Amino acid sequence: MKRQDDRSIVVRHVSKTFTLRYHRTIKQMSVAMLRQQELSNSFLAVNDVSFTVRQGESIGLMGLNGSGKSTLLKMINGIMRPDSGKVLTRGRIAGLIATGAGFHPQLTGRDNVYLNAAILGMTEAETRRKFDSIVEFADIGRFLDSPVGHYSSGMFARLGFAVAIHVDADIFLADEVLAVGDRPFKKKCLAKMQEIRSSGTTLFYVSHAPGSVRKMCDRLLVLEKGTLGFDGPVDEGIKYLRYDDDDDSDDPELNEESMDEELGADI
Amino acid sequence: MSTPAEATTTKRRVDAPLSPPWSQQGLLEVFSHRYILTLLVRREIAARYQSSVLGLVWSYVNPMSQFFIYYFVMGILFGRAQRTEAFAVHVFTGLIIVHFFTETMNAGTRSIVRNKALVQKMAVPREMFPVASMLVSLFHVVPQLMILLLATWIAGWHPDPYGIVIGVIGLLISMTLGTALALMFSAANVFLRDVSNAVNVLTNFVRFGVPMMYPYTLVAQRFGGHTTIYLLNPISEAVLDFQRAFWVGATSNPAHTAAMDMPPGLLWLSLRALLISLVVLAFAQSTFTRLERRIPERLL
Ligand SMILES: Nc1ncnc2c1ncn2[C@@H]1O[C@H](COP(=O)(O)OP(=O)(O)OP(=O)(O)O)[C@@H](O)[C@H]1O
Ligand SMILES: [Mg+2]
Repeated sequence: MKRQDDRSIVVRHVSKTFTLRYHRTIKQMSVAMLRQQELSNSFLAVNDVSFTVRQGESIGLMGLNGSGKSTLLKMINGIMRPDSGKVLTRGRIAGLIATGAGFHPQLTGRDNVYLNAAILGMTEAETRRKFDSIVEFADIGRFLDSPVGHYSSGMFARLGFAVAIHVDADIFLADEVLAVGDRPFKKKCLAKMQEIRSSGTTLFYVSHAPGSVRKMCDRLLVLEKGTLGFDGPVDEGIKYLRYDDDDDSDDPELNEESMDEELGADI
Repeated sequence: MSTPAEATTTKRRVDAPLSPPWSQQGLLEVFSHRYILTLLVRREIAARYQSSVLGLVWSYVNPMSQFFIYYFVMGILFGRAQRTEAFAVHVFTGLIIVHFFTETMNAGTRSIVRNKALVQKMAVPREMFPVASMLVSLFHVVPQLMILLLATWIAGWHPDPYGIVIGVIGLLISMTLGTALALMFSAANVFLRDVSNAVNVLTNFVRFGVPMMYPYTLVAQRFGGHTTIYLLNPISEAVLDFQRAFWVGATSNPAHTAAMDMPPGLLWLSLRALLISLVVLAFAQSTFTRLERRIPERLL
């Protein structure tokens, strides 16, 4: 059998610099100049990260707040460009980066579904075909025709996730999608993501909950202040992070917590 | 489903090549995303006057009120209406172009900031947003043209082929230059919000810097022989073109009006203006491309 190139995501020496503070007014700029401060100080949000993902792999991405996870994902789906290094992907990408992003508050849920689906690369016919299924999954009832700005944050996230999950993507990125969903919805999402995973879609899952990462992923990347600290099996990675310290505790309260973790609750 | 055994995982074969995930950028790329563009335009038209009772009517009230102000102040108060034939038509033809152009520029400037949710969602050609603004403004030109046609028809207008051609060129000039400025300012506005204020100032210059409230003859008389700079502004030609198309035919002696009130060689001047607009558009595109890389991270 001919060996086929099954690389799905290639990230090579990728770095991204952000400016810490943008001086916006002339007053601020001249004050800074007089005091001989530097006008802008930049820092590396993602620092020389390299890895390769094969088609169908399910990758967990963990790290402390501000370690660069969302930034890395934004470069993988092409919103941001790295300052140096190379990102290559194969096929259609869909997903949700940061909760609920991409909705226009003034538009109704219905219009937002169409617009979002289009942005994610779905055609009109495809959206129409999947529309009922999307609405059913989001389960926002009669709010479908009211402006998204009036949705609760959970409803917002539901709709966003419902659209993203219905794209027949080759790569699915999920960044803290479950942060605001209620328990039944989290269950539903995780089940859906498992379904996507078993259909051979490459999955990139960002979460702070070791339980759900353990269930969902077969490889873990850990970012530490922008650098890739760990790349390997999930259990080892969670040990590396020392997130599982109290996982085996008998304390009932903590057990309750680890139950939640399994459902992907964020700490 | 909660036991994801390796064995159940189907192998998915993706035939697409391994390539950078960001979208191809550029104006031409916008038209290969026509479906999103239509949605954007439709939603912009719907959203512009949302939660206002009069809704879309406002987009007519605004130019109409401008029309009446100009007509009253310039026509009646300054007496231009007696000296310039069919002065109402003269003002209104100019206003259609000027209003279309300034609307494109103003809405275009804000387009990327307004659509930041979408800009940060997925990689699409970001030129899409200013172009959509231009198309929305163009959409509003249609009913104004209807009113103009009705008014000129009543005034006894006869369309002539040359007039039609030059009218189309005029519209093309304002579309090209409007898109160019919308493109440039939309990107710049992400970095410096001062841009949208500067555009407001520019809007005023455009209103008074073209032969809309006053006839071109006046400029030719006062600045006799030094109209070069005035005519270097492509919007001047666009307005003159539209007046050649609609206003000239509505006067009592079109041939005389055309000879007296239009600059000589209007066709060439217009083609030159179109060329200038295209050059500006090319420059705008290169500026946009340069700025575009850092747009997503600078949107808050
Ligand atoms: N547009 C931006 N401009 C400047 N700095 C930014 C920008 N976006 C992110 N940063 C900074 O880059 C760093 C990484 O941010 P990022 O959102 O990738 O973190 P994260 O790992 O997703 O964190 P969290 O777990 O809280 O979601 C942070 O310090 C953040 O302040
Ligand atoms: Mg994040």
